[in-house]
Amino acid sequence: MRLTEREQRIRAGELGEPARVAIEQQIAVGEFFAAERFVPITNVHMMGDMEVMGDGGFAFIERLVGEGARFSVPVTTTARCVDFERAAALRQRPELVDRERALVATLGHLGAILVDTCINYQTVYQPHFGEHLAWGDTGAVIWANSVCGARSNYEAGPAALAAGLTGVTPAYGYHLTEQRTGTERFEVSCELPDYADWGALGGIIGRRTLDYWKVPVVAGLRSHPGADELKHFGAALASYGSCAMYHMVGLTPEARDEAEAFRGRAPAALHVIDDAALAAFYRTYPEDRAEVDVVVFSGPQLSVLEMRRIVELLAGRRVHTRTALLLTTNFANREMAARLGYVKAIEDAGGRVLAGACWYIMEPARMAAAFGWRNVLTNSAKVANIIGGYRLHPILRPTAVCVEAAVSGELPAEGHLR
Amino acid sequence: MSVVLTAPLGFGPAVEAEIVLSRDTFSLRYDMDRETGVVSRKGHALEGLSLAGKIVYFPAVQGGVAAGWGFLALAHRGVAPAGILFGRTNPVMIQGLVLAGIPVMHRLSPIPSPSC
Repeated sequence: MRLTEREQRIRAGELGEPARVAIEQQIAVGEFFAAERFVPITNVHMMGDMEVMGDGGFAFIERLVGEGARFSVPVTTTARCVDFERAAALRQRPELVDRERALVATLGHLGAILVDTCINYQTVYQPHFGEHLAWGDTGAVIWANSVCGARSNYEAGPAALAAGLTGVTPAYGYHLTEQRTGTERFEVSCELPDYADWGALGGIIGRRTLDYWKVPVVAGLRSHPGADELKHFGAALASYGSCAMYHMVGLTPEARDEAEAFRGRAPAALHVIDDAALAAFYRTYPEDRAEVDVVVFSGPQLSVLEMRRIVELLAGRRVHTRTALLLTTNFANREMAARLGYVKAIEDAGGRVLAGACWYIMEPARMAAAFGWRNVLTNSAKVANIIGGYRLHPILRPTAVCVEAAVSGELPAEGHLR
Repeated sequence: MSVVLTAPLGFGPAVEAEIVLSRDTFSLRYDMDRETGVVSRKGHALEGLSLAGKIVYFPAVQGGVAAGWGFLALAHRGVAPAGILFGRTNPVMIQGLVLAGIPVMHRLSPIPSPSC
């Protein structure tokens, strides 16, 4: 890689040992992907929570702090594995809570801005077209690239940390115009009335793409997505397909028409997604039994509008005694939802609104064991995809079905697939 | 039978270990018990198998930024793979493997035919 004078000084240790270690890691990754240079970045969004870092990652960060590390650009944090105010009620391990508290303090010493949200793009920072970022939440990255036309690769915890210290990131992948060219074409002929349907669409395209380096182009949409629909779509596409960017023809900024999306090239593959494909996707999440143990609205954290929708669907009814209802959002949205009466409505119904956390990283297997949960009903395709790894039975259904199940304790007839 | 697998992109020192071939994709968060290094996802081709000390091939990856810290966590517990071979991977895997010092190859050729 060609280094600027500043980058050479960082490498020589003139800006301290932490920045030197960081840029060496960035050079190793950059050279792996044949990057020729670094690009300056304006914003870092970092994943750092104990559930994923473990003691090894914590020790790594503590060492950096001991060496005087300090971020040189704004670094915000993504959702974490503990809601400190509600950890006891959720029977989270005191050791995990204590370690997470210590980690939060350590990240504060580095200069991290502890917003603890995976929907930073909806509440904290809206990047502009062409802006270079180092973001570390896959759902946030795919939003930045696709919806904003900003430029970021997936920057995992240590990579985002390194970018925060050096203020640059290797110029490969989605920082380069060439990589942003559409590759496969997906014609969508089905209606997508619910958040879950948009997540399912992301899941279907993700399963067929399965490649970080491919950029799906979505055409023919009959339903017009709002911000939360795009949020579910992108999060699922990133989760199932490891994709970091998509185009929606006529909707996203680098795809005013198909020729622009594909940069005049022919798509490598053509797909049609119809009602049958959507139904087949839902059938990969069949019910295991009628009773529902926990209904989860999370992954990504909820917007105020999503919380409002759940309050409307609850319509003043109480959640069944055998079923738990959990929502996750960020601090800003919880505060706003509290002002609007949504938090009280959900809590009066028997549900919980968690803040600063995301359910699937809150040690769901342990939580399930503590409460005796075996199945999880959700409107989030991303959560459904992830939770299988924790040996819980995931059931993906539209939002209204999830709320009805929370109230009755059982999957309603329209939610049965077998 | 002996097969030579090559890749244009790689990181890390030479290692020698038993190889395991998976026909399923890989995600540290979705598929692994990160305390034991055992594949925990129900129905995964390698379900129940410990990857500790082995060279593992996966055709592709899913997700997820968890791999960034996750490989270091596995190495810290002494249950990390000796090396990983990918048909196609994403930057998160590479960032995590570089941090943990675990050798990796990307865009493997020819594509192996996994027995499991």
